[in-house]
Parts: sequence; C-alpha cells; structure tokens
Amino acid sequence: MLERIERIGEEARAAIAAAEDAAAVEEARVHYLGRKAELTTILRGIGELPADQRGPVGQAANAVRREVESLVEEAAARHERSELDRRLAAEAIDVTLPGTPPVRLGHLHPLTRTRREIEDIFIGLGYQVMQGPEVEHDYYNFTALNYPPGHPARMLQDTFYVDPGTLGEGVELHGPDGEPLTAPPGPRDVLLRTHTSPMQIRGMEDQEPPIFIVVPGRVYRRDSDATHTPMFSQVEGLAVGEDITLADLHGTLLTFARAVFGPDREVRIRPHFFPFTEPSVEVDVSCFHCGGSGEVGGERCSLCKGTGWLEILGAGMVDPNVFGFVRDRGYDPDRVQGFAFGMGIERIAMLKHGVPDLRIFFENDVRMLGQFR
Amino acid sequence: MKAPVSWLRSYCDPGLGAAELAERLSMTGTEVERVGHVGAPSDDGFVVGRVLGAEPHPNADRLRVCTVDAGEGGPRTIVCGAANVAAGQTVAVALPGAVLADGTKLRKAKLRGVESAGMILSEAEMEIGDDADGIAVLDGVTAEPGTGLAAVIAVAETVLDLEITPNRPDCLSVFGLARELHAITGAELAPDPWETDAEATGEGDVGELASVTVEVPELCPRFTARAFTDVTIGPSPLWLKARLTAAGQRPINNVVDITNYVMLLTGQPLHGFDLDEVPGGEISVRTAVDGERLTTLDEVERRLDPESVVVCDRDGPTGLAGIMGGRVSEVAEKTSRVLLEVATWNGVNILRTSNLLGLRSEASTRFEKQLHPDLAMRAQRVAAKLMVELCGARLVPGTIDVDSRPAAMAPRELDYRPERADALLGMEIAPDLAAEYLGRLGFDVKDDRASGPITVGVPADRHFDVTREVDLIEEVARVHGLDEHLPATLPGRGGTIGGLGRDQSLLRRIEDLLRDAGLDEAITWSFVHPARSGVPGLDEIEPVVVHNPLSEDQSVMRTDLIGGLLAAAAHNLARGIERFGIFESGRAYLPERPPAGAGPLGGGFAGSRSAPIAEPHRIAAVLVGSAGAAGWREPDRAADFYDAKGMVELVAEALGVEAGFAAAARPFLHPARAAAVSVGGAPAGWAGELHPRILAAIGARSGAAFELDVEPLLGGSRVGEERYEDVTTYPAVAEDIAVVADRDLGAGAIRDAILAAGGELLGAAEVFDVYSGEQVPDGKRSLALRLEFRAADRTLTDAEVAAARAGIVAALEEIGAELRG
Repeated sequence: MLERIERIGEEARAAIAAAEDAAAVEEARVHYLGRKAELTTILRGIGELPADQRGPVGQAANAVRREVESLVEEAAARHERSELDRRLAAEAIDVTLPGTPPVRLGHLHPLTRTRREIEDIFIGLGYQVMQGPEVEHDYYNFTALNYPPGHPARMLQDTFYVDPGTLGEGVELHGPDGEPLTAPPGPRDVLLRTHTSPMQIRGMEDQEPPIFIVVPGRVYRRDSDATHTPMFSQVEGLAVGEDITLADLHGTLLTFARAVFGPDREVRIRPHFFPFTEPSVEVDVSCFHCGGSGEVGGERCSLCKGTGWLEILGAGMVDPNVFGFVRDRGYDPDRVQGFAFGMGIERIAMLKHGVPDLRIFFENDVRMLGQFR
Repeated sequence: MKAPVSWLRSYCDPGLGAAELAERLSMTGTEVERVGHVGAPSDDGFVVGRVLGAEPHPNADRLRVCTVDAGEGGPRTIVCGAANVAAGQTVAVALPGAVLADGTKLRKAKLRGVESAGMILSEAEMEIGDDADGIAVLDGVTAEPGTGLAAVIAVAETVLDLEITPNRPDCLSVFGLARELHAITGAELAPDPWETDAEATGEGDVGELASVTVEVPELCPRFTARAFTDVTIGPSPLWLKARLTAAGQRPINNVVDITNYVMLLTGQPLHGFDLDEVPGGEISVRTAVDGERLTTLDEVERRLDPESVVVCDRDGPTGLAGIMGGRVSEVAEKTSRVLLEVATWNGVNILRTSNLLGLRSEASTRFEKQLHPDLAMRAQRVAAKLMVELCGARLVPGTIDVDSRPAAMAPRELDYRPERADALLGMEIAPDLAAEYLGRLGFDVKDDRASGPITVGVPADRHFDVTREVDLIEEVARVHGLDEHLPATLPGRGGTIGGLGRDQSLLRRIEDLLRDAGLDEAITWSFVHPARSGVPGLDEIEPVVVHNPLSEDQSVMRTDLIGGLLAAAAHNLARGIERFGIFESGRAYLPERPPAGAGPLGGGFAGSRSAPIAEPHRIAAVLVGSAGAAGWREPDRAADFYDAKGMVELVAEALGVEAGFAAAARPFLHPARAAAVSVGGAPAGWAGELHPRILAAIGARSGAAFELDVEPLLGGSRVGEERYEDVTTYPAVAEDIAVVADRDLGAGAIRDAILAAGGELLGAAEVFDVYSGEQVPDGKRSLALRLEFRAADRTLTDAEVAAARAGIVAALEEIGAELRG
C-alpha cells in the first residue's frame, strides 16, 4: 500500500510538472485530488485497514496529498501569472503617440495679462481698481482736467466726438461747464474719452480723500500708424491725501517699474507738461534689454535705440485747479495734495514681449494669442 | 523748433558739447528729439580766402584758374567753375582734406590738366542757402585769409530739434532757449537783444504814413506798426542766411528774412507790408465776412468764416491775422517803403482759424499759444536795428501802437513759500537757491527774502504759463534737478486698503474659466462699420455714431461683441486656421440711459454725473469648427448649439446661478437652433448656432456663439457667501426614470414639471439620456433622468419617496408625458 501511495505521488508530481497551462493543472488536480481520485479513495478507506497499518498509510497518504495540493496551487499560480503576462503583452500601445488633452487650452489676450499685472502691482500697493465710461462728457475729459476752452486737444483732428442725435432718448447730458444740458446737445459735448484721466474726477466725486485708485480702460484718439491705433488702453493712477509728495510719486513708479521690468531697473523723471498736473513729469525706465548701457554686444541696443532709457508714462502732482472741481467732495486745494499717472498698456506689453507693431494686438490671430500662456 | 547751436551759444555758452547740451535740456523739461547737423561734419579744412587772380582755363571755356590767398606762405591754385568769381573777392575755401556737407572728402585733383588745390564754395555747398550757381562772396567780412571759416559762418552747424511743450511758447525762440540754458547751467546770458533800439533817422512821423484801426480789440490785444523808408531789397548777408537755413527757413530777401529771423530770435512773429501797396497806409483789423476770400502768400485762395480775423487795407483783406500774409502787399523786389506789423492776437481764435483752414505756419504755432503784448515792442526794436543795418533803411519816427490789452494781461506778482514747495515735492530746496533759479529764469525777484515767502514778478513771456505758486514750484524743482535730487519714497496710505471688488474678481473668474475651457481671448474694436463688414442681420439697434471717424470701418459704436468676434474669426479662417474658439470680455455701447442702480459692469459708474450712454460689460464667444480638444482618437465633432450652451452653463455653474434657455430666433443665428438666455428670469443674452449665411460670410463650415451681459450673471451669484449644507448625515435616495413624451415637448419643461412636483425632497433631476427609435412610438422620444431625493433632517422612508414619485408621475401626465416601463 505504501508503495502505491509512493507511485501515486510520483505520477502526480510528473503530471503537474508536465501541465502546460492552467487547464492541464486543473485536470491533474481533479485526477489526483478529486473525489474519485485513487488517493482520495485510499484516504477514505483507511478505517478499514488493519489497525497496525492505519497510522503509516494515513501519514503517507496525507503527506502526498498535501504535497500534491501545494504543487497544484503553485503550478496554477504560475500559469495564471504567465497567462496574464501574455495577455498584457498583447495589449501593448505606442507610448509616443500624443496624450488625450482633458480640455483644449485657451489663452488670455496679452493686453489683458499686462493689464492685470499692472492692476495687481498697484493692488499690492494699496490701490483699488475702478472703471469709467468710454463715451464721456467734455466736462470730465477736458474741462475738469483744467483744459482751457479752445485747447487743441478738443479739436476734431485729435478727439473723436459722437453724433449727439444718436445718443438715444432720455439720456442725461451735461455741457462743458458740467451743468445739465437744457438745450439739445451740441456736436462737441459728448466724446470718446481720450484718456482714462476723467476717472480722476469721477473717482474723487465718489470717494473722499485719502483715495488710492487705478483705472484701466479703453481710450480713443484720432491716430493710426504702427505706433498709434485709434483705440488703445491705459491705466490711470490717482493717489491723494494730505501729504503725498512728488517724491512719493517717484518711489511708487520706481516700485512699479521694478515689479514689471525687473528688480535692477531704475527710473528717471523728466519735467514735462500736462494741463491737469503741476509739476508734470515723464518717466523713463532703464532699458531691460541692455541694462541701461545702450549697448548689447558692442552694438547699439535695438530696444532703447542706444539711449539706455525707455519712456513708459506721464505723471505729475494733481493740479490745484483740478481739485477746484471737486472741492465740495473734500478736496480743498489748500489742504490736500497727491499725484496722478497714466500709462499705455500696449506700450508696456510691446516692450515686455517684443511686439513690433501695435496693430498686431487687434488682429486677434490665434497664432499670436497662443504665444502668451 | 530747430535751434542752431552756434546761434544759441552766441547768447549763452555753458561750454558743453551738443550731446550734453541736449541731455541737460531734456532733463529739465525741454525735450531734444534729435541732434542734427547742417553743413560739413566738421569745420576742419575750411578757411577764409581771398581771390588774387582769376584767369580763363587754357583747356575749358567754363572754368577759371584762380590764385587764392588762404593765409599760407604763398597763394594756391584753385580751379573754379563759377561765373561770378573775380579777383579781390573774399571767399569760403575748402582745403584738400576737408569733408564737405555731402560727405565727400576733398582731394587735390587735376581739372582738364590744371591741378586744383581746394575748392571755392557756393552757398548751397555750405548748406547756408539756396544759391548753387555762383560762389558765395563774403562781403563785409574783414577776417584775414587763413582764418578758420567757422569764425565767420557756421560751416559745420549742429542743430537741436526740440519738442517744446504747449505751455512754453517762450522756448519757441533762440533767446528763450538761451535763457533756459542760462537757468539750468548758470552760464552767463547775453543782454536782451531788444535792449537798444534803432535811431529814427527817417522823416516825419509814422502817423503821417499809416493808420491802424482795430475793430475787434478782444481778438487783437495789441497792434504795433513802424514804417521804414529808403529800403533796399536784396539778399541777406551770409551769416543771416546760414542761421535761417540751419533753423529750417528758406532765405527770401533781406526784409522777409529779417522778419523770420526776429521771430526765431524773440518768439514774436512779424509781418512786413510794402507800404506803397497799402492805399493811404490805412490798415484795419476786423473779422471776416462769411465766405470772404483771401489769397495767402502760399498762393492758395482761402474762404473765410465770420470768426476769422483779417488784416485789411482800404480794398479788403490783405492778410490772415496771425497765420499768413496775403499776396496783395507782399514785400518784393521793387519795395522801398516797408510797414512792419508786430501784433498780439487771441490764441484760441488763431488756433480755431488755423484748424478750420488747415493752415499752420511758424507764426500761427506761436500765436495759438497766446503771446503777451509786451513781446511786440521787443520784436520791433530788434527788427528796426536790422532793417537799418542790412537794408539801408531809415526808421520813420514814432510807433503806431493800438494797445487794447485786457486787465488779465497786467503784470503779476506771486509768492513762493519754500516750506510749501518742500511739502509738495518731498525734498528740500534752500530758499536762496530757489530765488537764484527764479532770477535766472527771468523772474523779477524782490529782495526781501531773508525769511518768509519769496515774492517775484512774472516776466511777460511766462505770463500765461506761471499764474500760481505751484507753477513757481515746478520751475524751481526742474531747474534744481528732479532726476538728481528727488528722493524715492512711498506714500502713507491713511488706512485705505487695496484689492479687487467682488464683481471685478468674479469677472476675472469668468475670463479665466473661458480661457481654461479652451477659448482664446480677443480684443476687438469698439467702433465698427455701420454694416458690420457686410455681415447681415447684426444690426438690431441703431448705434451711436462717431461724428468724425477715421474711416467708415470704424464709424459707429458697437452694440454687441459678436460682430467683432466674427470679424476676428474671419481673419483667422482666411489664414487657414479652421478650429478655434475665441471670446471677448468688453463693452457694448447702447444709445440709452445707463440702467438705474447698475454697478460699473452694468454701466453705472462713479461720479456725480451719470455716463452719457449705457455701456454694459459683456462676454461673448464664437466657436468655429470642432468642439473641444482636438486629438487623434476622438472623431472631430462640429461645434453646435450644445457646445455654446455648455459654455454658458459652465459660466453659470461657476457663479452658482442657473441659466434658463428658451428657443428664440435671432437674424444671425440658425432659426431653429438658438435660444434666449435668462438668469433669475431676467434676460441675459443669447446662445446659438450661427446662421449659414453668417458662416458663409466668415468662411466657416460650422460655428456656434453666445453673448451674455455680465451684470445679471453676477447679480444672482452668491459666490463667497455660501452657507454650509449637510449632505452626509442622511443618505440621498437616487432613482432613475424614463419619460416618454412628444418630441417637441422640451426637456426643460419636463424637468421643470418634475422639480416642481418633487417639492423640497427632490434635490436634483438631471437628464442623462435621450432616446428615440424602435422602443418609442413615432413622434415621441424618451428622456432618462436621474432623480435624487433627500431630506436634511432624516433618512427618507420608502413611503415618502414613493409618494413624491407618484406626485411626479401625476405632474408628468398633466403635460402629456408618461413614465416608460
């Protein structure tokens, strides 16, 4: 009997080893361990053996059964693994094909990005952001900004006016003196704002000092060439309190220039003239292309044309006459002072990104837009 | 303003090179746009010479062989082609090695066999005048042969091209600029050129020769006139021609050149009449009769309006006041008596007329900035001396002076408080320095400045520019040197805080969302063609019209954003780009009052006076070609209505508002695939597929679009104000239903009915499948919806859900829908 058990063991070992796949292993399992298997029959019949044989036969049969069980298990696992491997190998893909984009990626317009960058710098300096009308009264665009009657900027060749007959029914209009119009509006009463500066007045009418605001927006002038488009955008700044100085303007713009153009930048301020600031200045930033030297690799710097400086904005101390228009809002010219500045967003964006022609911004070619992440 | 440097230096010479001069001027407010050159690049090799002999050339009829004393050991031979060369002349000689104005370097050369060691120069060759036919004869030059030519004529002139700000007409003059140099460098300034006057050696009195009547004193605050007899008209001397030419003026004759020269020197324009062409010497100043005609010196006939001011003689207008003289009494060859007008005009009026006629002149650019009446006599005095000196004229005693200046032009005194200046500037400027700067600028500093304010008299040429203390502060600050001295500090903010407002933040959120949803942002023109570049059906509102557009393409204010986006789409399509989405975030301009109570994004802006029209902020987009991300695996699907609607819903979801859609046609949208969008019941815009006509116009095969007003979207948004809702304690019960209804019963109506019937317990009902086909009767379709029942305070029982469901079924039956299966 023991020999028989031994033989079954040998046969089973050989069969399992020979099994080529999971099915053959299963067949071997049924054959050697199934209910009708020889070994099972032996184990079932142990009780009928003479008492002295029961022990040794039982031990031998159980040992073989455990061994075969474990061999089957092992072989089954082995075959399962290799079959999975085979199947997975068959699922091979080309990992170098493009991935599936979760969304198509869009882009903000470079002028929006530049505008937001400017807004955020001044927000960090404690400013609020305001918006104002683009179709505006002469009063806000000129009169209250200290433009005398007949000033050249009011001429038809510089400023776009709107046809007063097309403003719609029931609109509320004001004359150049700021008073409500009782007669039908004249051809020069309503215009497309030529700068964001009217919001200095509207802002001060709205808020008592101290006031710290920046005002981005579209403006319009009758110019059209590579460096002028009839529509462009500006950011106005206004800071008024009791003791805000020209030196504060200097520091503010230095901070701004370094934030936009890099920490090594310097600014220089040159006296200039604007009707609504006194003193007035123009502000240059040291060229970030040549570092202000005017030269790149021995050649004249192409960005600043060798001057070392780039003009970026106009500014100045708010003219007392301007405060005179908002005196009743808490802006007594003898008691408050402050500065204002205005810059062209396109100019900053062109400088920063090397855009050669202003008109490119308004063509909206998606190949241009896609360059700005 | 072109300022020849040698002319400037003759009044104030700070001993600086041209580049440094330009830099100093620019940094103190007188911007130098360009440093240019007239004549030779350098005065090396140019000398005064004397012609000793001029013999015919042995081999050439038209050449002369000249012996010229150029101050050397012996004479040199120069071959010259000019017909006017003659022995005894003092001439300008370029020696071999000299570089001429045209850049060529002069060498010894054999001309038809005779060696020529130099060149005798013409005016044109020196760029000091027009005359190219003969050599320039230096009449009246007493310098010895060999003297550097530069001592006599500016042969290598540097010219500063200056951009003068409109408040500084005083700097539209060489002497004004010299004063500016004096102020900023401290270098000595020559005495005023008008310090002395010519001696009146003529006969009688000017009043016997001429009379002036000013009918419009408010437009002509001052009119002065002097008379000259025995005038000899001829060319001006070379030094004068050289200065005029370098300053950009063409020499004409001595009298005309004197008026131009004095204008350039003093900033005050002048006009000379041939007195014999002024009948009776009677001059009057009046406004023109409407339609009156006048031929100006440029030989153009001008049609005048009743606000134009004319200078007239007995027969009518002879000149356009302050802008240009007329042909009638022009100074010419035959002139022997001259009436010299120096007047002050009303600047605003001059600017108006000059713009009306499209005629600007050196005179009008000065007068339009308002000159002070005191300047008139300065110019008379300088001109009189030159008339006597250069034209052999005799000044007739007396000056006609019709002075009607208003009180506002009376001399002005101002106080400068040093402590006020320091407080405004944020830097200290010592009072004695301030006084010194003001003195150099020509202010009359009263010497009581030991303490307290510095009182100054404002000079006439700064009368209209410097009217307040702050103007004095600016003058002191810029002369002191802003760039050199101004500290850089930051202001105290007095408790204000910075930041974006809620609406501004949410607008950025919308823009970012559209970007991240795959759209590129466009910025299109605010003004458009009245017919939207031929795109039909866009014009629903009569637009605000631009009165003076640059072109018809930009002549009306847009009433929507879609027009500009379609143009941008067409631009891209024309360049072979076929799949893209673009959006714009910007304003429409509507001919109506801004809505009451609107915020800035609705057109309600800050300020006491409302905006003239409504300018609502909008977002709009156009999707062209395929929807979504292009890839190699996904089939290309044309963007359609649901893509546009999906974008709108994405925006609505981000803001936490619900957008409603109702079928509504628009002329430019597919009539059966377009919807009006509402938020909280209020109209907010539209979405739809583009009409095939529009697609054809922009060159696209498919496309969808939307346009939304931002304010209603933001108004309903509770972003930032959300309250926590417990969704975890009690589980929700989800149940799917299939609803069969007529095909034209909208999914929106079905969903609305379900939500209404489900009441509080029904948290959500979302369509997840649409089916029509074999299982569903013809003309009907089946919608599958997932319902979610939930209560905040308990777990729902089966009975509760069943009751709610039964209510829904009943409601569906009422609208003609039933549950399937």
